[in-house]
Amino acid sequence: MKHQHLFKDYQQGLENGELIGVYCKKCKTFSFHSSLSCSKCGSMDLVGKVSEKSGTLETFTVIRVAAEGLTPPFIVALVRTDSGFHVMGNLEGIDPSSASMDLLGKQVKISSKKVTRDRYSQGVTHCLSFTLDQ
Amino acid sequence: MREVAIAGVAMTKFGISEDTCIEMFGQAATGALVKSDIEPKDIEALFLGNCLGDFEDGQAHMGAHIHTALGLPMAAPAFRFENACATATVAIRQAALMVGAGIYDVVLAGGTERVAAMDTPMATRTFAMASNSCYSAPTGITFPGVFAMAAHMYAGKYGMDISSLSEYMAHVSVKNHFHASMNPKAQFQKEISVEKVLESFMVADPLHFLDCCPFSDGASAVVIASKEKAVQMTDKPVYIIGTGQAAGGPVINNPDMTRIKPREVASAMAYKEAGVTPGDIDLCELHDCFTIAEILAIEGLGFYEFGKGYDAAKKGETRLGSDRTVINPSGGLKAKGHPIGATGAAQVTEIVEQLRGESKERQVEGARTGLVDTLGGEFGTVCNLILRSYA
Ligand SMILES: [Zn+2]
Repeated sequence: MKHQHLFKDYQQGLENGELIGVYCKKCKTFSFHSSLSCSKCGSMDLVGKVSEKSGTLETFTVIRVAAEGLTPPFIVALVRTDSGFHVMGNLEGIDPSSASMDLLGKQVKISSKKVTRDRYSQGVTHCLSFTLDQ
Repeated sequence: MREVAIAGVAMTKFGISEDTCIEMFGQAATGALVKSDIEPKDIEALFLGNCLGDFEDGQAHMGAHIHTALGLPMAAPAFRFENACATATVAIRQAALMVGAGIYDVVLAGGTERVAAMDTPMATRTFAMASNSCYSAPTGITFPGVFAMAAHMYAGKYGMDISSLSEYMAHVSVKNHFHASMNPKAQFQKEISVEKVLESFMVADPLHFLDCCPFSDGASAVVIASKEKAVQMTDKPVYIIGTGQAAGGPVINNPDMTRIKPREVASAMAYKEAGVTPGDIDLCELHDCFTIAEILAIEGLGFYEFGKGYDAAKKGETRLGSDRTVINPSGGLKAKGHPIGATGAAQVTEIVEQLRGESKERQVEGARTGLVDTLGGEFGTVCNLILRSYA
């Protein structure tokens, strides 16, 4: 499919249970959905492609002081998908007080959840969530 | 490019202000004009940094209002810059480039911000607006959160216990508070201890409250001029001998969070133009929004090898009196305060006063060359300036 790079397409993918990335026809590198050119070779010849929904947790934090409207504590993590690009999301299914450096390098499954945004943003949106792959 | 220099500089005391962004910048700007021995009619353009005035004072389009309050000539255009926390440095760099190119001879630049006028949840929300609003913000990531993730990655990459990294980070905070204890313009003018940092509550693991810069109000202004004009304004012009700026981020595009790539690009640009190396820098005002950020910065700017900067503060190497590059003699963002859109201009103000030998008890002895480093957003903008007391 010709990639549209639009947030609503990414959202529709998540609604369908798919994590969509962009795939470079030239060098076969996956980049994050919103990229208008390949993150490796710079080519604009990209197609939308369904990514692996698994990856490796590379780092995290426990947010304890949150922005208006959110209830801490919760975990934010950076994950390298098995397709090769990085995503940010919330690690769920573990007690934030038990989060430790042991999380680094753990395999995770990637899904999404609906969050209600505030008056400055785009209503109800899907946000990525991660769970440890036991 | 012709030679460009800084004449007068000024800043308000950082902290909590009852004055608006416009009023604070007015105080800083008039101070810088007086020190430059010029009047508003001599200014040819205003490059004003401000990030969040819309939320702080309900004031957009601030450049024109400040312009009129100062009584600048109608033919002097007013611009507002926004590059997150790097805002004022970007404004000053653009002023330097325009003067260097011969478009203007004398430009007033700087920034103003009144963050504390917002409550903490609102300030945290508006700061988070500088992260990607579609893809990062919905996770609830905050700026302490971004650097907290970098800290965990740093500890993992270099095989450190998080508790020992926390202690090394605390020494950065202690050192910057020590410097600020001698700075009458600083928000916090008292020393703290490592224990105090480690006992303070957790904001985003592993960053404690005292690892984090405060919310601050303040303004700072500088007069940028051609060398010919500057030497008429001051006996001690400070020359802008190299600049660099780079864009990148968000974090998912800079996934090795221990290496902020735009900094490496921007500083290389500035070093090359100036014809100096990190070893030539006597002092540096850098972006210590969080203690780990100072550690990443001293490595990214080339003062330390990657993975080797963590204990510099503990060993006293970055402290006043050290024979290595002194880091954040003003107290840095941590203790001097961080009114985001004004920060870069205050960093410039500190370096200029140091290079003129005017910094009293926190004077870096024999300082001749200084570096400014300012980072915006989730690694989105880095801007560097190299200043020297001679051309
Ligand atoms: Zn490619």
